[in-house]
Amino acid sequence: MNVTVLLFASLADRAGTRRIEIGYEPGDTVRSVCERVMEAHPALLSFKPALLYALNEEYVRPGDPVPPGATLALIPPVSGG
Amino acid sequence: MLIRVTGDPLDPAEAIASVGSPEAGAIGVFLGVVRNNNQGRAVDHLVYEAYDAMAERVMREIAEEARERFELIGCAVLHRTGRLEIGETSLLIAISSGHRAASFEGGHWLVNEIKKRVPVWKKEVWEDGEEWIEGPESLGKTRAGM
Repeated sequence: MNVTVLLFASLADRAGTRRIEIGYEPGDTVRSVCERVMEAHPALLSFKPALLYALNEEYVRPGDPVPPGATLALIPPVSGG
Repeated sequence: MLIRVTGDPLDPAEAIASVGSPEAGAIGVFLGVVRNNNQGRAVDHLVYEAYDAMAERVMREIAEEARERFELIGCAVLHRTGRLEIGETSLLIAISSGHRAASFEGGHWLVNEIKKRVPVWKKEVWEDGEEWIEGPESLGKTRAGM
């Protein structure tokens, strides 16, 4: 089972992709999945301090659990309006 | 409530009609439009990107909160995505209320909340380059390391 990670805007440009499939590991949290994404894409590390996270389209905190099959979005600072 | 993220042009008349009500004494309309400059640089055009499904969900949450907080009757929030030229409308808000104060205050509050937390991003494109903008009011900037 995988976790689907979505990237947007500056993150997607930097990673060169908008979507990453990453293997689920038991006990995964937003933080642990994000760490594996950053290991695979070190260019994204500089974005980390200002990132927000959304699990299945709802904002969550770094310590929240990520179930298998979930969609985790890494949200850089928004600039709508 | 009319809530929409769309690549099509935004129509104020549609939003105004959607919040009309016999109980309304005021309808407030706000348009966010594309400006030809930012921080001293000439802007050629903007490109907006959204996490569409989540953006609509968060816009709906904000609209529902505004309706309770300001006792609004109707509330419409629409955001456009894709390439926008100078003068085009990127954000359209229409709200109706019994009296005028709520339509001004509720509209102001709505725009502020949208800028904080709706997952939409804009890229400024200049004559000689481009850059994704990080909104100074965004939660990511104001609560870095949450």
